[in-house]
Formats: sequence, structure tokens, C-alpha cells
Amino acid sequence: MADEKTLYLRASGLTKAFGFGRWKTVAVDHVDIDLYEGEVVSIVGMSGSGKTTLAKMLLGLIGPTEGEIYFQGKKRDISSRRKKKEYWKNIQAIFQDPFSSYNTFNKIDSVLLDCIHMRDGRKLPYAKKVELMTEACSFVNLKFEELTNKYPFELSGGQMQRLMIARIFLLKPKILLADEPTSMVDACSRATILDELMKLRDEIGMTVIFITHDVGLAYYVSDKVYIMEHGRFVESGTPDEVILHPKETYTRRLINDVPKIYEEWDLSTV
Amino acid sequence: MSNVVLEVNELTTKYVTRFGEDVYAVDHVSLKLEEGKSLGIAGESGCGKSTLALSLMGYYFPPLHYTSGEIIINGTNISKMSPDKVRKLILGREIAYIPQAAMNALNPTQRIINFIEDVFQAHDPNKNKKEIYETARKSFELLGLPAEVLQKYPVELSGGMKQRTVIAISVLLHPKVLIADEPSSALDVTSQKMVIKMLRNLMENGFVKSMIFITHELPLLYNVTDNIMVMYAGQIVEIGTAKETVFDPLHPYAKGLMGSIIVPEEGLRDVKLTAIPGTPPNLKNPPDGCRFAARCKYALPQCKVGSIDLRPAGNGRFYRCIFSEQELREAYKHG
Amino acid sequence: MKHLIQQVFRSGKFVTGFAIFVAILLIVIIYPRIITDPPLAIIGQGTFFEPGIYVNVYDSIVSPHYTLNLDVAATKRIASKLNDEDRLAIKEWLVAAGIPENEIDSENTEKLLDQWVNNYDPAQKISGMTNAKRNYFIRLNNSLKGLLSTEGVSIAVKNAETASLEETGVVVQSDYVNVSQVSNVRVLPLGTDNFGRDVLTELVAATRVSLQIGFVAGIVATLIGLILGLLSGYVGGLVDDAIMFITNLFTVIPSFVLLILISFSIGQDQRGAFTIAVVIGFTSWVWTARAVRSQVISLRNRDHVNLSKLSGHSIGHIIIRDILPYIASYVVMALILQISSGILAEAGLSILGLGPRTTEVPTLGLMMNWGLIYQAHILGKWWAYFPVIIVIALISFSMNLMNTGLDQVFNPALRD
Repeated sequence: MADEKTLYLRASGLTKAFGFGRWKTVAVDHVDIDLYEGEVVSIVGMSGSGKTTLAKMLLGLIGPTEGEIYFQGKKRDISSRRKKKEYWKNIQAIFQDPFSSYNTFNKIDSVLLDCIHMRDGRKLPYAKKVELMTEACSFVNLKFEELTNKYPFELSGGQMQRLMIARIFLLKPKILLADEPTSMVDACSRATILDELMKLRDEIGMTVIFITHDVGLAYYVSDKVYIMEHGRFVESGTPDEVILHPKETYTRRLINDVPKIYEEWDLSTV
Repeated sequence: MSNVVLEVNELTTKYVTRFGEDVYAVDHVSLKLEEGKSLGIAGESGCGKSTLALSLMGYYFPPLHYTSGEIIINGTNISKMSPDKVRKLILGREIAYIPQAAMNALNPTQRIINFIEDVFQAHDPNKNKKEIYETARKSFELLGLPAEVLQKYPVELSGGMKQRTVIAISVLLHPKVLIADEPSSALDVTSQKMVIKMLRNLMENGFVKSMIFITHELPLLYNVTDNIMVMYAGQIVEIGTAKETVFDPLHPYAKGLMGSIIVPEEGLRDVKLTAIPGTPPNLKNPPDGCRFAARCKYALPQCKVGSIDLRPAGNGRFYRCIFSEQELREAYKHG
Repeated sequence: MKHLIQQVFRSGKFVTGFAIFVAILLIVIIYPRIITDPPLAIIGQGTFFEPGIYVNVYDSIVSPHYTLNLDVAATKRIASKLNDEDRLAIKEWLVAAGIPENEIDSENTEKLLDQWVNNYDPAQKISGMTNAKRNYFIRLNNSLKGLLSTEGVSIAVKNAETASLEETGVVVQSDYVNVSQVSNVRVLPLGTDNFGRDVLTELVAATRVSLQIGFVAGIVATLIGLILGLLSGYVGGLVDDAIMFITNLFTVIPSFVLLILISFSIGQDQRGAFTIAVVIGFTSWVWTARAVRSQVISLRNRDHVNLSKLSGHSIGHIIIRDILPYIASYVVMALILQISSGILAEAGLSILGLGPRTTEVPTLGLMMNWGLIYQAHILGKWWAYFPVIIVIALISFSMNLMNTGLDQVFNPALRD
């Protein structure tokens, strides 16, 4: 099955250490991960497990201390700004806090226009750009003509996060890293956001990596789950394997600590 | 028929904005808390659950103002009491309140035991330090906290430990009612579990007679409280036992909310999550009729006029909708 | 943006500070257009003329005279000549001469003089009186003699040929002139300084120069601090280390000492006002750089910056559009404080004599310096230094008030 899908990204021995000698902290400790086309992967870990640092390394925002990343078969080269830009046409991110993802001084149009420009659309006539932006907004059930020329503080949290998804629609990257995309959003909008992300995945065959601490979310949405603790992958596999039948002690304890409603939630194991 | 510890009748409180506008964050809310039972309050952010918790204490300060209604605790009506009297007689003794991120209330320059001494001496100046230490130590041990915590500074404790310490301190005077507002939302799952266990312990050990637990995480509510109340736009839209509300919700909003629960349990990967489009109404000018009508997929023109009251559904269950139980269950079956 | 400006002007503190500052600016701009004398022109021959209205005596003689008969005129004339000391001395003499004390009232000028005129005898021996004292009384008597006469004063012109005086007119005690008809009247509200310059004109010019120096120093310091802070905060790594090293050097060496050393080594010739301003700017950027750097460090990891990177923007674009607007409010406040401290630094330098050249333009510090050197404070000539202090205090005060007001607007947590 895996041979049919293309391998987009392979990371091996990925490590990130901060500081030297006595004060050295290893945030990510020799992590290996393969990402295939169209997969939905979840990296589950508590705060401090290193999952955000791993995400930033995969994105290319931080450089690894050790380890290699191969993108589409070739060693990833992001040494110059132009090469970084090329890489970022293929891998993008959605962040946890919709309020801090926007520059409060710029109108929201600039966010979408930046995406059009990144896909070499700078020379297009303005009407065509508006058409593209309207299409992107309607994909997430937002009306561009209502939002144009507005500032971020005039939108709600849910709208802002969905606009981020519209941005991804414009960019059409091969890999999307979603860092806790629903933790700061109301329960009612959560389903909408997850829906839209999956719709996007279906349309453009995008790989989605969820970085989360919510075991329930990982179970519901992913094809593959990685459990991360202290910078290492403790366990990995399909959601049924890892979450319903965990092998490692850490994973077992983690799953036990999540509140259940259909099964009896055992509180005695604290 | 057990003892009613806390009774609230048609409580209405408002915020007054900088421009002098009134926002009725809690609109004619009534509830009864029985001894030995706990109540969970669920709802989106902005529905008024935190304001309700604040209002229940009877301790109002601008911009929060009391408008009307009664709060009766152990027979005493505290809704019109002066803030000073409330502070001396009610807070900590009858009702204890733990706000969100309560662990930040711990003074970083004081040991826990000094903090507890302050708390005691504010209520009972006669107790000496030895007595206080003994009482604190006994209570802490009963609640599963090691006695060494008392000698530590807050910065030496983990987040989960701090939260549990604050909860333990707030019930030292054995209040009748404990109101906890999102006591575990800033913690990781393991610490969360410890906090939940402690809260259940409090009830089981009789430390507090009853508890109100506020959160937006429904699986937690189900595991902690006996009854659940769902709030929307400042009003109660449904109230019933935890089991009924989670597995057989009546009000369309409650149904939508329960339908958005994700738990890592067998068979749940194929369930479709319900999404509720739109946003809650602006409480400066709440709409006529049902406040949820604008987002409800079963709404009819009748839903948008007049005022909709809570209607009983047997066994102390109530919901706020013009449709009958059978009509709602039929509608849900067809999707 | 507009909303922000509206909020700023609603802050009471800001508006008060702004009003005072604008008032000072207006005076500095408008005053020279009314009084066009060069500020360093020496108009007084002699030192420290007191504040007052100076009427040209020659012109008043040749202006039309008006007769006014005022009762109090004579008394006033004499009263101005007799100070308290003299009155007491007269009383003393009269008592010693045998007049009963209770009949002598040193306040009643007329009666006192009457008694004096009737009783004074230079030859009369008073026991215990020294020679000097006796001469004093003779002088006093002579000066009083002229006052009591009603003869008037003659104006005479020297005849060029005969070298004798020819009377051209008489000025009687009841002659008055209308000041507005006198062609030369000069109001000196703050008198003159030790050189004889009009203090008020000098003060206005000095304020203008000091403000200019302050602005230039403030802008230079803020620009340097902003650029270094941005670079070191955003780029990090070696650039950060290098810039921090320089910053630490400047921190460790007290800026005022550095200022003195640089000022001294430039030498008197090079020290123009502009040069001093730049030098002050160059030594006071340190805390701005540090503060900007720490703000930038906290900003560079924000989500919107990361998203900007992921959208392919260059470092320059990110710094200017994603970081700078977020620290703009802080930079404005820093600028105001730097201007204020620039003015004070110049005043400090000038008091020590290391400020701008003293022959070109006056500055507030220079005026203080002159006051100090020429001992105005010891001599009690308050107008030479006190107004300067008030102006410096007002400028500092108004700028700090504006700053506090802005702080409250930008940081809602500080609002009361």
C-alpha cells in the first residue's frame, strides 16, 4: 500500500539541542519520520515534549543540530532565501492562535494577496486576484466581499482560523503542518475546521500533520499516530493500534488519563 | 428529597460597558443545588457561565452589576447583601469560588503555609499558627496532597500541584458550595486527572456539600458531575442529569454541542461531528424569541417571536424550545 | 490609526503636556518676529540691570511736558531717596539732640523731614558719634536739601564758542511726560545679564537653540538605538554579540564623562551647536537600543512573523512591516524622552563650559553658566538664572507629561 503513494518527506535522526555542556537541553532527540502523499498524521505529545520544535524543523524555520531531511528524494537545501521560498511553496503551516497569526496593522486582504504573489501571481490583473480570493474564501464558507478591507480585530476567532485555511487553499502546498488548529476555537467551530481541512486534503492530495495534545482529535482524524515524549517518538502506528491497544507504558498512561464517556474512566490509576 | 443547599431564582446580572450600555450576561437563571449533588455548566465562550459563577457569590464589583433575582444559601438570601458582609460571612465559609487559572493567585514570595495563615486569619483571627498548621495538614492529607507542600514556595510546585493546592485551600473552611471555573483547562491530561479525582474526593468525603463545575470540555463534565446545565447567550437552554444531557440531548444547541465531542474510544472514527455555523448573538441587543434560532436548522418563524420559557421534560429535566420532546427526537432521527 | 490619535488626545496628561510644549514653541517662533534685536547684542553698559521699563532721559526732556499737580508727588520723591536705614539714623540723631522719642515717627516722611530741617545743626556735638557718622549726616543733609527745594532744574547747553552754559529750559517738579510720546522706551522684563544683554530676548533665543539641540540629539540617539536594536534583536547570533559588546562598552563608561571627554577633545573651535547635538546623540543611544532589542526578541517568534517568513518575505520586509509597527509606540515614547534628556545633557555640558561656542548662540545651559561664573546668585540678581531654570523645568515637565500620557494610551494596563 505504501509503495503506491509517493514519499514526500523523509527525516532521519532529526535532533535539536539548545545550549552547551551542563546546560544542554535536547528538545528533539533523533527522530525519524516518513510522510507520504495524502496521509493524515498526528504527532501527540504533552507540552514540553518537543513537538513544536520538531514542527519548526520540518518547516525549515529552525535548523536541526543533527540529522537529515530529504524532500521528494533529494536532500533538502534551504541555504538561500530563494531556495527557502521554493521549499515553502510545498510546505505550509497553520498555527494554534488565530489572533496572533495576523499582523494587526494590515488588512486581511494582504494575507491572501501574499499567497497569490508567492505562486507567481504578482503580475495578474487585480480583478483576477479578487476572483482567486473569492474562490478561496467560499471554499471555507466565508464571503470575500464581506471581509475585504477589514482588519483582523473585526473578525471572530473561528473566521480567522478559517481564513488561514483559505490561505492554504491558495497556496496548495504538498504538506500542511497544523499546530493545534482547534484548541483555541469553540467546540462548535471545531468540526467545521476539521471538515474544511479534510476537504482540502481530498481536493489537492495534501499531506496533513496535526501537532496536538488532544488524543481524541488524533484518534478521530489521523491515518497514523506518533506519540512523543521528551523529544523522542515513544510509539507509532495506526490510531487503533496506538490508542486502543497501546504497547508502551507511557502511551498506556496517557490514554488512561483522557476522560472517556462510553467506557468507564478509571480514576484509580493516578 | 434531600436538602437544597443553594437556590437561585431568576437571577439577572449585567455588565455596564465604558459607553454606558447594558449587557445582560446572565438572564433570569434559576437552579437548585441539592446536598451531595454536583452541577456542571457547559457552553461556548461568552455564554455567561463564568459570569454566572461570579454572580452566584453575591460579590459584585463594577462593571458587573446585580439587577434582580434571589440567591438563597442555607436559607439566607444573599443577593442584596453589602459586599463587606458578603466578604466576611459568605466567601470561603458558605461559598468558595475558584476562578480560571487560580494557581496564579498564589503569592510567589510566600510559602503555602503563610498563605493559608492569611486565609484563616481573615476569617477567624483567633486561631494560632499551630492550630492552622494542624488543620491544614489534616485537610491536605485527606485530599491526597503531601504535607511537605505546605512548606514550599509556589515556584517549586508543578502546575497540577499548584491547582490542587489552591482547591484544597479554598475548601479549608468547609464551605457548603464549591464553584470551580475551568479548574483544569491549563493543565496536561495527567494533572487534569488528578484535579478531577480530587474534586470527586471533596464531594465523597463531605468536605463540601455540593459543587458547581464549569468547563467547555464535555467529557470532563460527564465524569465529574451528576447534573449538567447547558447555557447559551446568558440563558439556560437545557438542564438534566449528566447521562441524559450527553446521550439524549433535547435542545438543538445541546444536541450540536454533544455532537462535537471527540473521545478516543472504539468506533468513534466514523461518527460525523456536528458543526454549528454562525456566532452567538450580541448580548447588548439580544434577539426576540429563541436566541439560538438564527443558527438552528430546525427553526421556524414562531421561534423568533416573544419569549421562550423552559419547559419540563419529566424527572426534573428542562429545556427551552417550542417543540415537544417527540418532535425534537423525530427531527434528530432524520438528521 | 485615526482612532489611535483620537485616543491620544483624550488623555488628560498628554494634552496638558502637549499644550505647554506647543506654547513654548509658539513663543520661540513668534517672539523673534516682534522683537528683532539680535539676542547677543550688548545693550546695557554695565552689569545686571534690573527688570523694568527703561525710559530714555534725553528724549523725555525734549518730549512735550505736561503739568500734573499730584499731592503725593513730593512725598514720593523724598520717600524714594530715604531708605529705612537713613530714617532710623535721622531718628537716632533727633533723639540724641533732645527731641522726645514719642514725637518722632520714622514712617511719616513729611513730619520727619520737618523735624530734621528745623533741628539739624552740623556743628552740634552729639556724644558718642564718630567722625565717619558725622560726615554721613552731612552728606545726608546735602542730598536732602535738593529734594526740598521747589526751584526746578535748569537745562543748559554749552555754547561751542564761548564755552559758557546757556540755559535753554527748566524742568519743574510738576512736569510729566507721556511715555508713549517718548521716542525711546525699552521694556526689559527680565533686565540684563552680566554682559548687558536683554535677558528675555536671550532666553527666547536660547530656548530655541536648546530645543533644536535636543531634537537633533534625540533623533540621532533614537535612530542609532532603533537600528542597532532591530539588527541585534532580529538577526541574532554574531551580529547580536557584536552589537551587544559595543552597547556594553557604552554602558560601562558613564555617558556624561564620555560626553565631557569628547567635547573637550573636539576643541573650542569645532564646538558648534549642531556638533554638540550630534555628540550628545552618539553617547545616549544605549538604553533605547537595549529596550528595542528586547522587544524585537520577543516579537520575532510570534506567529505572524513566522507566517510572513512562510509567505516568502525578505528580512527587510519583515522587520519594517511585521516588527516595526509593533514597537512604534515604544519608539515614539523613547524619542520624547531622548529629546528631553538631550536638552538636559546640553545644559549640563554648558554649565561646565564644554557646550557650544559662547560667541555664536546662547543656549539655556550657557545662560546658566554665565549666571554661575558672574555670581548672579550670590549678588541676588535672580533674573539672570531663575527664568532659565523655570524654562528648563517646563520643557522637561511637559515632555515627561506627554510621555506618561502616551504610555497610558498604548498600555491600557496603566490607565487609572
